[in-house]
Amino acid sequence: MNPLEITLGHYLVVSGIVFGLGIAIALSKRNAIAVLMGIELMLNAVNLTFVAFSRFGSAFGPEPTQPLVGHVFVVFVLTVAAAEAAVALAMAVLVYRRRETVDLDRINLMRW
Amino acid sequence: MTSIGITIAFYALSGLSIGAAVAVFLTRNLLHAVIFVILAFIGMAGLFVTLSADFLAVSQVMIYAGAISVLLVFAVMLTPYASRDNGNSLFAPVGVLVGLGFAALIGFVATQVAWPVFSGSDLEAQNFTGTVRTIGGALLGGYALPFELASVLLLAALVGAIALVREDER
Repeated sequence: MNPLEITLGHYLVVSGIVFGLGIAIALSKRNAIAVLMGIELMLNAVNLTFVAFSRFGSAFGPEPTQPLVGHVFVVFVLTVAAAEAAVALAMAVLVYRRRETVDLDRINLMRW
Repeated sequence: MTSIGITIAFYALSGLSIGAAVAVFLTRNLLHAVIFVILAFIGMAGLFVTLSADFLAVSQVMIYAGAISVLLVFAVMLTPYASRDNGNSLFAPVGVLVGLGFAALIGFVATQVAWPVFSGSDLEAQNFTGTVRTIGGALLGGYALPFELASVLLLAALVGAIALVREDER
């Protein structure tokens, strides 16, 4: 890859790095809110992949065959991410009310 | 995509995003982690701009850097006696290894596969007039059913979040 000519591969590499960081955060943090941040970073990396493929693929080409399908998918991912964040944070607040902690190492009961 | 400005913008914005994501992992204060994650979202929005995705860049700033980060700050503020450090669990080395593995795998595939992409003058986006009209047409045309389902999903999430955190009357 020529480092000065930005191609699809560059964006995919950045997306992969951010996705890996999101996985590392989601898997290794103790606080539930920090885990949620990792998941949001992963969703963001996926969005970047969608947009990059849409830009370099057929969408912007000389004769766009499937105009901006990747962008439409990103809109749906944004929707699902917002819904997921709202519900997950509500659950974190609920667990905190019962247990006074959001430490995932200490939330280990199905009911109490 | 050959102009030097795009190159500089790409490296600056991806450095911002990746650096902010690393800082989310490394910082010891949960609120600082929220600030860094907002920074990563904004860097991502800039990368969307370099990919000519104007509507999505604005949506990213509004939904991620606006709404979701406010939700994150709310969640941190609503759990006042929980520990505010951004500590790692015992599985942190495993998590870092899995993350590195995924990043290496995706990077390897991204650089090795010959993607069927346009290049050179084909990418100069003829008659580019913004993406909003096309996205809107697709959302209300071929993707009308998922669009309506997304509204139902948002309603369910809204009701669910309210029902979950409502104080008990008893």
